[in-house]
Amino acid sequence: MVANDRDFYGDEWGERTSTVLDADELVLNMGPQHPSTHGVLRVILKLDGEKVLGTECVIGYLHRGVEKIGESRTYTMFAPYVDRMDYVAAVSNGLGYCQAVETLINVEAPPRAQYIRVILAELQRIASHQVWLGTHALDIGAMTPLFYTFRDREEILKVFEKYCGARLTTHAFRIGGCQYDTYDGFEKEVKKLCDFMEPKFGEYEELLTTNRIWVERTKGVGILNGDDCKALGVTGPVLRAAGVKWDLRKAQPYAAYPKMDFEIPVGENGDTYDRYMVRIKELHQSLRIIRQAVDSIPAGPIMAKVPKVLKPPVGEIYHSIEAPKGELGYFIVSDASLQPYRMRIRPPSFINLQALDKMVRGMLVADVVAVIGTLDIVLGEVDR
Amino acid sequence: MPEDNKANATPPSDGTQPTKTPATEAKVSSPNPPQSPANPEAKPAVAVPTTPKPAVPAGAAAAPAKPAVPPKPAGPTPQPWENEFIQRLKKVYGSGIREASTYLGQNYITVDVSIVSEILSAYRDDEAFDYLVDLTAVHYPKREKLEFEVIYILYSFAKNTRVRVKTQVANGASLPSAVEIWPTANWLEREAFDMFGIRFDGHPDLKRILLPDGWQGYPLRKDYGILQQDNAWVQGNLGIESGQ
Repeated sequence: MVANDRDFYGDEWGERTSTVLDADELVLNMGPQHPSTHGVLRVILKLDGEKVLGTECVIGYLHRGVEKIGESRTYTMFAPYVDRMDYVAAVSNGLGYCQAVETLINVEAPPRAQYIRVILAELQRIASHQVWLGTHALDIGAMTPLFYTFRDREEILKVFEKYCGARLTTHAFRIGGCQYDTYDGFEKEVKKLCDFMEPKFGEYEELLTTNRIWVERTKGVGILNGDDCKALGVTGPVLRAAGVKWDLRKAQPYAAYPKMDFEIPVGENGDTYDRYMVRIKELHQSLRIIRQAVDSIPAGPIMAKVPKVLKPPVGEIYHSIEAPKGELGYFIVSDASLQPYRMRIRPPSFINLQALDKMVRGMLVADVVAVIGTLDIVLGEVDR
Repeated sequence: MPEDNKANATPPSDGTQPTKTPATEAKVSSPNPPQSPANPEAKPAVAVPTTPKPAVPAGAAAAPAKPAVPPKPAGPTPQPWENEFIQRLKKVYGSGIREASTYLGQNYITVDVSIVSEILSAYRDDEAFDYLVDLTAVHYPKREKLEFEVIYILYSFAKNTRVRVKTQVANGASLPSAVEIWPTANWLEREAFDMFGIRFDGHPDLKRILLPDGWQGYPLRKDYGILQQDNAWVQGNLGIESGQ
């Protein structure tokens, strides 16, 4: 604790260690207990008046050593842990993990399981974007979207609950397929959910898209262009809002995505407003995918033949998926034992958060709040 | 109270002794008339192991089925990987390129630590691998010299392909930082330092990122003892013997 205090007093910046106050520069601590930091993120701001000269993120408050835990659990036992990383998009985490292990043991999930995976993963993307929209708008000062989005997200969580018994940390998938087949009336219910959801997205847009306060707070704020995104490894909606048409569901398709017809929404300016528009459009695209998947879901088994005791051959693989927040990758090294020799998780939130400094330099303190929101980070995933 | 303790302590010992003795006596000499009430308990206990025994051969029967499976996983092995760029690298760096293989459709190249920076730059500039997906490390304490393997996962937007560049470093040695090539490497190298203690020369601010500054040890090393570490921490900070 003491070791960290030095950066609060500004020594971290190197140039000012004396007690003489510099009237031009101010070091301001933000978080970790700050409502707009979306958890326990601490940002040290170096300010000139209200202008941000630089930032430093202090993270790790939620570090649980997930990668170390992975080395002491069997492949099957580790699956529920990944749900606890990005806890507002647990289905996506589980999907990435199961597919990574399937790649390692060279097994492919049956078609029906692939479709169930796509339906649930897209529902999860909607739910994740809804959490993002509600909290992001709340940070900027719009209270109503939070109530709207959480009200509607509830309906998705109900489907999850009915499918697998859990709402948040679902552990919906298994290595080699799915544990559960769809319940009676699943298709009908999901379709009804899609019809229910579509006008709701319109409601969000009605509240925000042309709202003058919203536009003034987001347009031209936190600009990150395509080249900077690539250099900083930023993926997901942030990258697409900068005009780069790149989505792993299209670039390196997995599950049943090759059979789905959908578009990749992109922005132009790479500012906070564009990122908002990209995510809103993604909500509609997700509905489109879900409708197609529900209509064409094939019959058949939901579980591939997977050995009861998983001992993948010696080797290493990297597999990644398009999670709601960006590229979520798993790098697994196997030494032919029951546990992974190394379980590396490439978290989109962690790497996207690194771009914060670049995005807020020269902006105002209030914009830092907007930019943290627009990056859509989940600290459980940043810290792992 | 001590009497109560004795009274409490004796029945279990009484209870355990008859269960132990008939089990041993039952094998040696089963007719033991005075302990007839204990024997019916012992007999099912003897009878129970007989029922799992058929179950164990069933598991053993499943086990011989597994040796039949291993020939299948023996299938995917790293295959040599060749292309023009690799050939060019081999021509320039010779034995510096240790290995270029493909495993399960994923390509990787292992290079000497002295040339890793040049290889990475070449990948970015000549081959348009403009996105450093991930940088991580693996600890192999059983290897004699080069204990750590550092892995760069690269992606090219133009070609839509991935490649892994791997290099090996000894414990205590350092390797050049990739921050100049991809700014992403900043936090990733800090994480590798935090978790493995690998030093990156030329990193602008190499310090711990997820763990507190004063943390001892590097958790993702294979020789890192979680329990000792936890106990040392609670003893030092909370003044209790063990946190478990």
